Amino acid sequence: MAKIHVTTTINGEPVEYLCEPNDTMLDALRGPLGLTGSKEGCSSGDCGACSITVDDQLICSCLMLAAEAEGHEIRTIEGMADGEKLHPLQQKFLEQAALQCGICTSGMLVASDALLRRNPNPSEEEVRFWLAGNLCRCTGYDKIVRAVLETAAEMRDGIKEAAQ
Amino acid sequence: MNLVTNNKWIGQRTIRPDGMDKVTGRAQFAADMTMPGQIWGKVLRSPHPHARIRSIDTSKAEKLPGVKAVVTSKDIVDFPIEKGAVMLGIQDMRWMCRNVMARDKALFPGHPVAAVAATTEAIAAEACSLIEVDYEVLPWTIEIEDAIKPDAPVLHEFNKWEGKPSNIMGRLEHKKGDIAEGFKKADVVIERTFTTRPVHQGYIEPHACVISVAPDGKTTIWSSSQGQFMVRAMTAYLTGIPQSDIRAIPAEIGGGFGGKTIVYLEPLATLLAKKSGRPVKMVMTREEVMRATGPTSGSRSTVKIGATKDGRITAAHGTFYLQAGALPGSPIRGAAGCSFTPYDIPNLLSEGFDVCSNRSKVAAYRAPGAPIGAYAVECVMDEVAEALKMDPLDFRLKNGAKEGTKAAHGPTFPRIGYIETVEAAKASAHYAAPLGDGHGKPRGRGVASGFWFNAGGESSAQVNITEDGNVVVTTGHPDIGGSRAGIANICAELLGIDYKRVSVIIGDTQTIGFSNLTGGSRVLFASAMVVTQSTEKVIQTLRERAAKIWNIDPEAVKWDQGAAHPVSPNAGQFEPLTLKELADKAPTQGGPIGAGVQLNTTGADGGFGTHICDVEVDTELGIVRVIRYTAVQDVGRAIHPGYVEGQLQGGVAQGIGWALNEEYIYNKDGKVDNPGFLDYRMPVCSDLPMLDCIMVEVPNPKHPQGVKGVGEVPLVPVMAAVASAIYNALGIRFYSLPMSPPKVSAALDAGVKQAAE
Amino acid sequence: MADIRYLAPHTLDEAVGAFAAAGSAARILAGGTDLLVQMRSGIVKPGVIVDIKKIAEMTAIEETADGGFRIGAATSGMALHDHPRFGKVWPGVLEAVNLIGSKQVQGRASAGGNLCNGSPAGDSVPAMIAAGAVVTIQGPNGRRELKVEEVPAGPGRTNLKPGEILVSFKLPPRPPGSGDAYLRMIPRTEMDIAVVGLGVSLTLKDGVCTAARVGLGAVAPTPLLVEAAAKALVGSKLDAAALEKAAEACRAACRPIDDKRGTIAYRIKTAGVLLKRTAAIAAKRATGK
Ligand SMILES: Cc1cc2nc3c(=O)[nH]c(=O)nc-3n(C[C@H](O)[C@H](O)[C@H](O)COP(=O)(O)OP(=O)(O)OC[C@H]3O[C@@H](n4cnc5c(N)ncnc54)[C@H](O)[C@@H]3O)c2cc1C
Ligand code: FES
Ligand code: FES
Repeated sequence: MAKIHVTTTINGEPVEYLCEPNDTMLDALRGPLGLTGSKEGCSSGDCGACSITVDDQLICSCLMLAAEAEGHEIRTIEGMADGEKLHPLQQKFLEQAALQCGICTSGMLVASDALLRRNPNPSEEEVRFWLAGNLCRCTGYDKIVRAVLETAAEMRDGIKEAAQ
Repeated sequence: MNLVTNNKWIGQRTIRPDGMDKVTGRAQFAADMTMPGQIWGKVLRSPHPHARIRSIDTSKAEKLPGVKAVVTSKDIVDFPIEKGAVMLGIQDMRWMCRNVMARDKALFPGHPVAAVAATTEAIAAEACSLIEVDYEVLPWTIEIEDAIKPDAPVLHEFNKWEGKPSNIMGRLEHKKGDIAEGFKKADVVIERTFTTRPVHQGYIEPHACVISVAPDGKTTIWSSSQGQFMVRAMTAYLTGIPQSDIRAIPAEIGGGFGGKTIVYLEPLATLLAKKSGRPVKMVMTREEVMRATGPTSGSRSTVKIGATKDGRITAAHGTFYLQAGALPGSPIRGAAGCSFTPYDIPNLLSEGFDVCSNRSKVAAYRAPGAPIGAYAVECVMDEVAEALKMDPLDFRLKNGAKEGTKAAHGPTFPRIGYIETVEAAKASAHYAAPLGDGHGKPRGRGVASGFWFNAGGESSAQVNITEDGNVVVTTGHPDIGGSRAGIANICAELLGIDYKRVSVIIGDTQTIGFSNLTGGSRVLFASAMVVTQSTEKVIQTLRERAAKIWNIDPEAVKWDQGAAHPVSPNAGQFEPLTLKELADKAPTQGGPIGAGVQLNTTGADGGFGTHICDVEVDTELGIVRVIRYTAVQDVGRAIHPGYVEGQLQGGVAQGIGWALNEEYIYNKDGKVDNPGFLDYRMPVCSDLPMLDCIMVEVPNPKHPQGVKGVGEVPLVPVMAAVASAIYNALGIRFYSLPMSPPKVSAALDAGVKQAAE
Repeated sequence: MADIRYLAPHTLDEAVGAFAAAGSAARILAGGTDLLVQMRSGIVKPGVIVDIKKIAEMTAIEETADGGFRIGAATSGMALHDHPRFGKVWPGVLEAVNLIGSKQVQGRASAGGNLCNGSPAGDSVPAMIAAGAVVTIQGPNGRRELKVEEVPAGPGRTNLKPGEILVSFKLPPRPPGSGDAYLRMIPRTEMDIAVVGLGVSLTLKDGVCTAARVGLGAVAPTPLLVEAAAKALVGSKLDAAALEKAAEACRAACRPIDDKRGTIAYRIKTAGVLLKRTAAIAAKRATGK
């Protein structure tokens, strides 16, 4: 079986890798690329632990072939913080105890970030439906939803302040 | 014991020590580890619910290029049934050795029959398909009603019940007074039968491990579990490798809820690694998790409660039949022992029956057994209150257990917090609030209480002062829900330093003393004790060091705000010596500073909770939504309130899933028909409202910080609270779970009150 | 082990050529949200995977001169959602497409994949049937058109011939006073497969229903066009009697099975409930309320 050579961009860095034609993007990330921040909870699109963005589109990396990444821009949890500076969502999750075991956390953060990029002012209901594809068995979602809503409010205030 | 008040860190929502790694994707869970030269292991599983294994031919698999090792039950240490129990905690190794690999019989679909290691996952999977197993397919039984019939296919022929081979593997009873006499005194007696379906713990991280065995037998296990010492001990038992040669390293664990208190993969991967000479990695698929691990029991319970007109319970009787799955060991202790415990009942008989059937062996699930029993007991409590025309919380207050009450399972309670939870529920904004308008959808409110034993047991800790004057705490329990954060708070509090200077890590089996499982809500209780004692020893050393430097008596030195001070001006006039300064001076003043403590902790008081649930029902479609929920719990002392609330909220969410939609569905071939997250319907984010918590703090007098376990209780009352809320909305009581739309809809259509079976 | 090849052609002709040449072992890859799950579980073992997303026509959304829409078969739900006009004209079709899976799944899943996967419970299919959508298909023998309701052939099967690829959906222009809606019953609020799904598209003139189509999913081996239900609505003012008649027609059309997702009785009952609720939403949209 011939391996496929893929050239793509991950978290802003040009990357090349080899994959089998039936490898998923999650296989490639966790395997040859060593980016194990994306988690595999089901491999069937149900848990969202493997969430990444491709050209800013939120997807499950377990439902995309590794070969499809050619020429696209991929972002994973590893690219969320800006060097030493956490993304406001990451900071808020820590402060609000919005994680317990942490296995869902990467996916939750990537998905929440994708939401706030589209909609900086979501309602509780919008947050809940946006995150419906990210299972968390530990928290009952309460603190996660609060963390996203509070981050959104602070980011809006931050933008307002910056504009003034 | 004097509880410290005005705490600086205890009770604060500090940032957990492992948090940064988890929000940046750095944290290493079991499947994130790779060892050099690693190969992949896969398990061949029985397709049959019940079959005798006549022979296994692995020769074709072994010849496939890339295959490095094959193991079958022959390679696993046998614990012959007739030789009697070999217990490790609550697990009997006779059953564990048969659970990790079928011996003479395959007992459920998914039961491992062989395992292969190969250079790639695909080759390992292909090799599994080349193994030829000659099965004699046997009749099977799954549901309790079927399994206890006299002519049911019997899983374990050696087992006799009332003289005949049977699937009833055991019975347990708790007794107090005389129920016949008690029921005679009752004005109202209500008896109901309830059934629940098996439900899975539903942790998002599948079981996984990476294991290497060196030629000299030295074994390194990297796996995610609720106890690295359990992993080491079970692997040692099942492989014959001595414990001293096995280093079990706890990976971060992606949820367990009890389901990771036993091993599945580790013994197989160890044997494969030993045979192949290569590190072996094994990761279950979600389907394997659903078919072959966990779940908790399905059940059939009958509960009878009698009370006088003025609302006093005179007698109660419960019988709880729980499915153990393929091998004995269902949580009848939790069902029979916890369900009536919130109440002071003079005459009580509570019986549990352990029933085997052809489904995967149950594993612990949050307060094992207690939620099953509480669903039945609390629903009957609600009915009795209604029959007496009493507010259900008042009925509970009138009969609530308190200091001095003798529980049927043994203890006479010290100061406990049950009544406080009911009072707080009664006084809550939620209980006072009107249900509000459902716009055509009926709404209802229900309440229920619950109890869990909690647990102490063995724990070890080591507290070391680093050369630069900071602190490293090592404990021996995997942290699932934030226990490291609680430990950092406690240690920082005692030392009087910023919590950020305390680093908390989980040691592996060869670097920290024996520590029992993370389970039973014991971790913060027990580890706080050993960390407290270790820290106190360290403080003692620090005082001695300062005393030596100042040339005064150690008794004349006090430790305060992170530094040694003379207790009073009389003791001498010295500038305080900080932790950092004392660490600096350590090399010349007696050497490294650190202390370890190992204890078999006792004094874990039981935990109580009382919940309030509001639902809204779409009566045309039978869909129930929880629209408001409040969990009240006596938490002893909330060391880190954020993670205590998290335990309450997580338990409630699991209970709502159990109540409304979660269940194992079996097809006509006896196989699980919904082995994935799409059709095993755990609550998603949009299914739930915010989950309010009221933490009542009745400190545990036997604990230095007043800690009580908090993790299990919040699941116990939920199903009954939801069921009673639905009853309040519709006038229909559901005696079987889950209360899923087709069932609710059918009951509404039947138009009969007290409909659904 | 079987050899697998991955191809991502840039033209439809190349795709059809490669797909037809590879025979029964080939699979089209649109969003992959069905295909990859089936591959992982071993149900499908393709020899060739033909990714059609690099073909411009496959992901294009075009408002035609007559006021209708042409949607590329591989257009993702999210792309359709973000189109400025589509949801205003066909809110019911859009909500059906957007009900497929999570936001993550929406980033990939297509209406074409939903239809070609052949599930009786595909959410977009009843809404497309109600909308009167027609699909364009290209194969080794050229192009042809089929009504959406003619595509499914049974669970997991379609009436596409070997080598044929679904290219696009064509939705007709909307007369004034038209509205559509789609509702499904699931046990949770999200992330479930429809127990019953129902789409209604109708046109009202002076309060009277002048045209209607009803699509019904998850109650038979294929999604259904329920003509009797439409007939019950047309000519009525959508009064209770007409709605009950239409609901009865939907119940009568059901040929469901008992399975892990619902019982026969429950599915039949739900079909009637959904007809009434969906028609009410469509009517509200038609009158612009
Ligand atoms: C977590 C999850 C939740 C889901 N929830 C829902 C849901 O709520 N409702 C629902 O309806 N579905 C649901 N699905 C199923 C799936 O997402 C949908 O069916 C989706 O529309 C499939 O589209 P796709 O583009 O991903 O198809 P693919 O997986 O790419 O293709 C599906 C099938 O159609 C074939 N195919 C695709 N495009 C063409 C074409 N143009 N011509 C010929 N053949 C083609 C493929 O070969 C394959 O056999 C869910 C799936 C997942 C993983
Ligand atoms: S692993 Fe991709 S959704 Fe679960
Ligand atoms: S924190 Fe454990 S699954 Fe979300």
